[in-house]
Amino acid sequence: MKIRLRLVSFSAPIIALGLAVGLTSLILLGIGKDPIETFRMMFEYGSTGKSLVSVLNRTIPLYISAIAVAVGFKMGLFNIGVEGQYLLGALLAAAIGTSFAIYRPIHIFLIMLIAVVASSTWAAIAGYLKVYKGIHEVISTIMLNYIGTGLIAYLLSTVFFDEDEKNAIPQTVELPESGRLPSLNNVVGIEDLPNLHGFLPIALLLGLIYYLLIWKTTLGFDLRVTGANPVAAKFSGVDPKRLTIIAMIISGAFAGLVGMGPLLGYFHQYTIDFPPGLGFAGIGVALLGRNHPLGMLLGAMLFGFLERSAQILDLRGVPKEIETMMSAFILLIVVVFYEIIRRYIVTQQIKDASKKVESST
Amino acid sequence: MNELFRIIKDKYVILTPLFLIIFIAQFEQYSQLTSSGTFGSALRLSIPILLAGLGGLFSERTGVVNIGLEGMMIMGTWFGAWGGYMYGPWGGVLFGLIGGGLFGLIHAIATVSFQVDHIVSGVAINILAVGAARFFNILAFDGIAFASSTASPRIEGEIGKFNFPYLSGGKIGENETTSLLGNIENADIFLVSDISALLLGFTSNISYFTILALLIVPLSVFVLWRTPIGLQMRSVGEYPSGSESLGVNVYLMKYIGVIISGCFAGLAGAYLVLEGPNVYLQGQTNGRGFIGLASLLFGNYRPFGVLMGAGLFGFADALQLRSEEAIQGLLVVVGVFLIMLTIRNISQRNIRGSIGTGLLGSLFLFWFMSSTQVPIQFIYFTPHLTTLVVLSFSKQKFRMPKKVGVPYKKGELN
Repeated sequence: MKIRLRLVSFSAPIIALGLAVGLTSLILLGIGKDPIETFRMMFEYGSTGKSLVSVLNRTIPLYISAIAVAVGFKMGLFNIGVEGQYLLGALLAAAIGTSFAIYRPIHIFLIMLIAVVASSTWAAIAGYLKVYKGIHEVISTIMLNYIGTGLIAYLLSTVFFDEDEKNAIPQTVELPESGRLPSLNNVVGIEDLPNLHGFLPIALLLGLIYYLLIWKTTLGFDLRVTGANPVAAKFSGVDPKRLTIIAMIISGAFAGLVGMGPLLGYFHQYTIDFPPGLGFAGIGVALLGRNHPLGMLLGAMLFGFLERSAQILDLRGVPKEIETMMSAFILLIVVVFYEIIRRYIVTQQIKDASKKVESST
Repeated sequence: MNELFRIIKDKYVILTPLFLIIFIAQFEQYSQLTSSGTFGSALRLSIPILLAGLGGLFSERTGVVNIGLEGMMIMGTWFGAWGGYMYGPWGGVLFGLIGGGLFGLIHAIATVSFQVDHIVSGVAINILAVGAARFFNILAFDGIAFASSTASPRIEGEIGKFNFPYLSGGKIGENETTSLLGNIENADIFLVSDISALLLGFTSNISYFTILALLIVPLSVFVLWRTPIGLQMRSVGEYPSGSESLGVNVYLMKYIGVIISGCFAGLAGAYLVLEGPNVYLQGQTNGRGFIGLASLLFGNYRPFGVLMGAGLFGFADALQLRSEEAIQGLLVVVGVFLIMLTIRNISQRNIRGSIGTGLLGSLFLFWFMSSTQVPIQFIYFTPHLTTLVVLSFSKQKFRMPKKVGVPYKKGELN
């Protein structure tokens, strides 16, 4: 692609951000608040050291969740079930991970493995239902989310209930010291700030793995071809059924790691407070970042920043839900603009090509 | 008669469990399964699913997949509660419809005018709706008693209810009449009492909103299959460029379909509020928009099919409100049904299928024998599990609109 067109394609998220800020400002004006003052407060609060650590901690699971969604998106498969998958994985990992204590790296690896296996099994059900029962994955994954939530509530209050604790909150036993990931504060030299979760490098590594998987392997090629043109993929020898199930399993495997940042770095146990909603938020990040590892990283940081910086608003008399609206605006506008720009680029390419043909004859 | 056999053969997936349920309900502790109260709440809980499904029907018939139904329904719950609070229950109905329609319009702009991927747009709308409902609620009900960020204040007044005279004890003028069906239900005759309980559930305490919703079913059939605009709408979902060449305004038809879809989903949301707790609550829709979509698939893109699907899922939804013992009875129903499927699979020499169903069936039966109650947390997802199970066993030949989900741009051959 020509550099000019490449630049055009980068403009969509910037336009979307601008328009979303504009729309949000209009709403703020409508409810009698000063938009410039509001955004200034958000930026000021969001850029303190304490907030930045929180933004990064929030970015980690969001980014992994986006990767999980993107694996499916790449082949035109909508895994809306990351939500249920990561929660179930985190619960099982937290519950089983407490039952042993061994050398730390192995222990942490095993906890992650449990989560990955649990989540990808859960995701595989949706793949199976799509391939053999013809149920669209959007419906099956949504239903599996509800079923998963019910299962978690059941397991948490019966099987995995921590009976030593005499409090009424359903929660698992805390992970032993060897199952906890130390914070990065000493490594990056920010001892005076809140804990920066140790999962950050692993998240970045997962981004790299995702990149290699999609763009440097045959499997990734098959996924991309199927997403771009299922018929062509079939004729090139791709088995769509097998690929659907594999894609669901890989997507579920990434989903399993979504909860690991919070679990290993901060919670050390699964409680009813374990952060929900990361799966749905990940869909937004994947859409915003166009399934690209760097794009999604920026998207996750943007959403993480917005969410953190909005925390100040309630104290200053502006409903902090304005941030949810703004994120949704960004999302809706960006998908529209991506489509407009995609069409613009296609017409430009056709024009360029026909020019070339004309000049050569 | 042959027709009847054909229906039985086609729909054995529903009919067999239905018969099993009636059978099980003869035992005292499971009698709740077929009580008029259960059928009454089944009807009430079917309506939102039905309306969402019909919404999906109008959208998908014009070729636009509407995953955003859930979000439009959420808008319906909030706008319904707000309209109800400001202007009384019927105001709630109207505003629920408008709120859903507005989000339908957003979906139409994105998918029709800008040809955004339908599922992507739908997902974005669902995310927007959750935030918007919460935001509106905080803005509109700030400082009003009993309102919070996740709940609206209570709506005063109710939509009128109606009992059929003689059949279910309705009044004629001021005179009470007997409840014929109620008497038969109490007589406990096999099948007869169960059927009269069903009829009693469907004829007593029926709100006018319910009647309105049920009337939409034949109305949809009429509009889509008996009017010129209905023909145009359906043709757009099948063959847009062909329709355009015949002078049909493809974009307009798609806009109409998607906006009607949003309006119905909004009505579904308003129904949940006005016929439920009379307040807006966050998360009230609980995936019913998606279940509505499932009932559309189950009903093979036809209004009366949607009605059947909605009835089935509504029944599953109703059981969770009744008694935990009743759900326990369902375990044996599922178990026996799976064993029957196993026998069928074996006779058809489908070894893999029979192992699967056999294992699952014995699991359910074992569960039934080894426990006295289904955990309360499982009851909560009965409708969602039912949706998955029903969709996976009712392996029908879906006849979906040909170009559903394919973005169409004017002038393209499509």
